[in-house]
Amino acid sequence: MSDQVSYDEVETGAQIPAASYPVTRLSLVRYCGASGDFNVIHWNERIARSVGLPNVIAHGMFTMAQAGRFVTDWAGPGARVVEFGVRFSAPVVVPDDETGAAITVSGEVTEKLDDHRVVLALTARSADTKVLTRARAVVRLP
Amino acid sequence: MAINPEYIGKTFPPGPPYEVSRVKLAEFADAIGDPNPVYRDRAAAAAAGYPDVIAPPTFPIVIGMAASGQALADPGLNLNYAMVVHGEQRFEYSRPLVAGDVVTATVTISDIRQAGRNSLMTTSTRIETVGGEHVCTAYNTLVERGGAQ
Repeated sequence: MSDQVSYDEVETGAQIPAASYPVTRLSLVRYCGASGDFNVIHWNERIARSVGLPNVIAHGMFTMAQAGRFVTDWAGPGARVVEFGVRFSAPVVVPDDETGAAITVSGEVTEKLDDHRVVLALTARSADTKVLTRARAVVRLP
Repeated sequence: MAINPEYIGKTFPPGPPYEVSRVKLAEFADAIGDPNPVYRDRAAAAAAGYPDVIAPPTFPIVIGMAASGQALADPGLNLNYAMVVHGEQRFEYSRPLVAGDVVTATVTISDIRQAGRNSLMTTSTRIETVGGEHVCTAYNTLVERGGAQ
């Protein structure tokens, strides 16, 4: 968690340093249970490959959750997320080994709006592939 | 066979109310690997201005999925779920979900269209408390691969 960001201090164009989040097979099993999304492509390699995927893939919403964490960690506890949206452009492929995959998120403040709101443009990559596009959050800062 | 466009504009009545619990929020935060104390610790949540622990921004999908299951399973919709991937997701929040909230989710199919060989279906899910207070609306686009064949 970062210190509290304030609206007055934030400048348009400010870059938010990248953060990397691990995702393993165990992460996906836990996310299946917690979310109720038990789609077999998130835990069964045999079936994932049979439907044309390279391996088991992460839930899109797991990836979006990492981007959400990136936003809330940057914005601090006094901020409020007003809007958050993504487009899923490629799957996060999770191999069956100790390290799994990594989701790396970075961001930029692209606009300051009224009512203490700022717009963040986010980028998320895994294994050099862009996994989210048009990822954007609007946050109200203190 | 493609998704049935006659379902554009159809709204599905909400199921039984969903009660947001502290245990579930902590479980979900653990599952996404987010150690933020506002999802687990009432004192941290209070310091951030909340009446109790809150939900991570993507948690409303858990409530939305339960509600949209009924819509997606409607045989008249003609959706082949085995071929479905998640295309887009967006949330608009009035406030975060807070432990103790009792909410309903109302799903509306806002658009069904073809994009090449795929069918795209966009739904909006309005989550509000049983007292009628809007909490968030989730916009979800599903892609049925090859659905327009």
